Amino acid sequence: MTHDGIGAPLRRKEDRRFLTGRGRYVHDIVRAHQLYAVFLRSPHAHAEILAVDAKAALASPGVAAVYTAADIAGKINGVPCAWGIVGRDGKPMKEPPHPPLAAGKVRHVGDPVAMVVADSLAAARNAAELVQVSYKVLPAVTAVAEAVKPGAPQLYDDVPGNLCCDWAVGDKAATDVAFAKAHHVAKLDLVNNRLVPNAMESRAALAEYEPSTGEYTLFTSTQLPHVARVLLGVLMLGIPERKFRVVAPDVGGGFGSKQVVYAEEALVTWAAGRLERPVKWVAERSEAFLSDAQGRDHVTHAELALDRDGKFLGLRVSTLANIGGYVSTFGPNIPTNLYGPLLAGAYTTPAIHCEVKVVFSNTVPTDAYRGAGRPEATFVLERLVDVAAHELGLDRVEIRRRNLIPKDAYPYQTPVMLQYDTGDHAATLAKALELSAWSSFAERRAASAARGKLRGIGLVTYIEACGLAPSRIAQQLGARGGIFESANIRVNPSGDISVITGAHSHGQGHETVFAQLVSELLGVPCANVEVIHGDTARSPFGLGTYGSRSAAVGGAAIAKAAGKIIDKGKKIASALLEASEQDIEFKNGAFTVAGTDRSKSFAEIAGAAYTPPPSYPLETLEPGLEETAFYDPVNFTYPGGCHVAEVEVDPETGVTVLVAYTAVDDIGTVLNPLLVEGQVHGGVVQGVGQALCEDCVYDPASGQLLSGSFMDYCMPRADDLPLIVSETACTPSAHNPIGVKGCGETGTIASPATVMNAVVDALAQYGVTHVDMPASPQRVWQAIQAARLRPVAE
Amino acid sequence: MEIKLTVNAQLVTVEVEANLLLSALLRDRLRLTGTHVACDTSQCGACTVLVDGASAKSCTLLAAEAAGSSVVTIEGLAADGALHPMQQAFHEQHGLQCGFCTPGMVMSAVDLVAVNPDPSEAEIRAWLKGNICRCTGYQNIVKAIRAGAAALRSA
Ligand code: FES
Ligand code: FES
Repeated sequence: MTHDGIGAPLRRKEDRRFLTGRGRYVHDIVRAHQLYAVFLRSPHAHAEILAVDAKAALASPGVAAVYTAADIAGKINGVPCAWGIVGRDGKPMKEPPHPPLAAGKVRHVGDPVAMVVADSLAAARNAAELVQVSYKVLPAVTAVAEAVKPGAPQLYDDVPGNLCCDWAVGDKAATDVAFAKAHHVAKLDLVNNRLVPNAMESRAALAEYEPSTGEYTLFTSTQLPHVARVLLGVLMLGIPERKFRVVAPDVGGGFGSKQVVYAEEALVTWAAGRLERPVKWVAERSEAFLSDAQGRDHVTHAELALDRDGKFLGLRVSTLANIGGYVSTFGPNIPTNLYGPLLAGAYTTPAIHCEVKVVFSNTVPTDAYRGAGRPEATFVLERLVDVAAHELGLDRVEIRRRNLIPKDAYPYQTPVMLQYDTGDHAATLAKALELSAWSSFAERRAASAARGKLRGIGLVTYIEACGLAPSRIAQQLGARGGIFESANIRVNPSGDISVITGAHSHGQGHETVFAQLVSELLGVPCANVEVIHGDTARSPFGLGTYGSRSAAVGGAAIAKAAGKIIDKGKKIASALLEASEQDIEFKNGAFTVAGTDRSKSFAEIAGAAYTPPPSYPLETLEPGLEETAFYDPVNFTYPGGCHVAEVEVDPETGVTVLVAYTAVDDIGTVLNPLLVEGQVHGGVVQGVGQALCEDCVYDPASGQLLSGSFMDYCMPRADDLPLIVSETACTPSAHNPIGVKGCGETGTIASPATVMNAVVDALAQYGVTHVDMPASPQRVWQAIQAARLRPVAE
Repeated sequence: MEIKLTVNAQLVTVEVEANLLLSALLRDRLRLTGTHVACDTSQCGACTVLVDGASAKSCTLLAAEAAGSSVVTIEGLAADGALHPMQQAFHEQHGLQCGFCTPGMVMSAVDLVAVNPDPSEAEIRAWLKGNICRCTGYQNIVKAIRAGAAALRSA
């Protein structure tokens, strides 16, 4: 048998349906007599709704219903937040209501105002144009730095200063002491630009209602069907779980934007019940730009205190985080709990204090986007380390070496909550320097210079926290539920296996990688293992997929369930083989009496479980072979590593090209190297997109989204990229039963800072010390021009 | 109006409105949902099909414009259950993750290899300008197209 368990570069089981056009996304599902929903959205960033007149729309041909805030008042509750944070004064964040259809006021362009349901998409669109809404336009504020100023437009009457929460982490007094004795303080102001996740499948929802049983089924493009069922069903619609099935079929990418629960999903479900007909909604791309939760959007001031030798003594960070017009599902948690505690990075900095003002503005709400808080932290820290190295005249590699947490210091308690379990940063740094040919960079720089180009190289040594999440810690930090994962392993009578996971795959390849895991643990061929996910009617309650948690938490749940299967198998084998249970060993897919050749295959044990032979002790041992496990991790997992980027800048045009990229990531045990590499490539490129081209821009005067399509929002394309060199290292996670750490976000966490460090290095000869993202031609050219105009200090 | 066209080697006669897009004809009328729609500005290429052998964005063509043409969609690429060499190469090289961009990528690649049987990495990257993938970072797509081209050359 070829080895197709842990570590095998197995080709994916799920590929065939996608490659032959047989994938089944919500877009593709059609129900008999279905109706089509269209949302009328606010054209204004901030306005009072004076009146809504739906009469003409209702009279339009084919229209089944038009719903506005008045129609759903008291029937659908507001969109809930699943993670409430607590401010430094001990008070909970401000959590104003988030009505599914704007009530009284609209707070961003794209805020839904009315829902039109009709026989056809065309009829619904035509009718939506006939809904008359009169607005009183109010001054809007979109930039976070403006939103906190006195006199700024206020989104909510009872949220003074637009301040959702004033949050902090770390020991301020200890940090002040560290700064007081510093030899040098490096300072940096930076912006982490807002991004649009842009999964290629736009969000879609199709709901149906069965009047005979009162059951609802919602097909929706979500990363977390069970969580959606609770938030949409129980909290928003008053539909109990037992009457509500949520199915996430094939989902075309998520990146965090589909771990958010949205008003449209609740409205479509509600309308299906009212109208007793299936109702389908598919977002258009322009609509996605105005309604999918967006990411990042920070303005930060940071300071690093160092001693004479370049050792970090203390770090102070002050951030304004823009969460948009409403509190999104996990919105306030991202720039706080997933950001501040990550500022220790891979370093021994003994004192850290981070304060974050979480601020409302007239923009689309922000929430998790691949990396979620951790790329922002890495960007602050790693840019600042480079600035410090420059100011102290230290080599950028050397300053990192002096401050990295040594391998033998793990487990390592940081001053900002986290306890890192394992890592070896010196090793990943050395490997990345070697693979990227760091030491011969001067030659490549000279070759570029000969062609009139500026070449720069940059590196980042990072650590991140993923494998969300230990429920106990998460709840202390404001999570309104546990964050464990579930698995059910059903050994079928013939010995083949169904694995039902609470995690959800929207590109990750769980159908393959979880089958590999079970193949390894139970010794059955991968081909005989089927992984099922994404349907609340089939899987036990699970939390879904986000925060690089599927392998670390979902995989661990599977391992736990497999352990239970083996335990039961041993009991069965002990009866069948007439040996004591302690003497039964499970190895290579067989149950053997230790030290003998008496053995039963896995299939024989499965058969016996369902067709109990006379020796099966039915009085004391239940028949059947199926086990469920819930796994709650004791800690986060901490992938880390080193990335290196090289860029070439044309000083005449400011055009910046990424010419080389190396990623060395310690992600613990590798389940499938092929899939890991794919995750790293994709993650790196999303971060490169932020660094070089992607930018979500609002017009400050009108609050209109200026980058509202693929024409204006620059997605990275194939010809923007070099070959990425990716390698993994492995210090297994110490607390995770399979040793995995997670690989979904490492690329996005490390690459923006890596690329920007390279860009700044390329421009160093002009005295440029920082460039904000994206390093667009215009911005880079301006940085060069500004530097040329500056008198040279030396 | 009534139009006739060939879709995946079958002659189809359908009644279409003048403003019906080819993508909508394929997806909604013919239930060939492998052709995806991921944007509304002709930028992403998820909807790419072959029209008379050349790749075209089906969201940007009217169904009526395809009258008399032969259209091949992702569903029509593989014969008798075997994968087309380009599909096989995407599988082997892990050139897909969520699968949403995949049909467009594969159809675009098939056209590239028809006009350039041995494309370089740079030529492949340039050709893919009109196809967006958010998952893979393109690297394995590029690899897959090279491998698929090689397989087609030796076929
Ligand atoms: S759907 Fe045709 S180009 Fe995007
Ligand atoms: S595989 Fe998901 S968009 Fe390309």
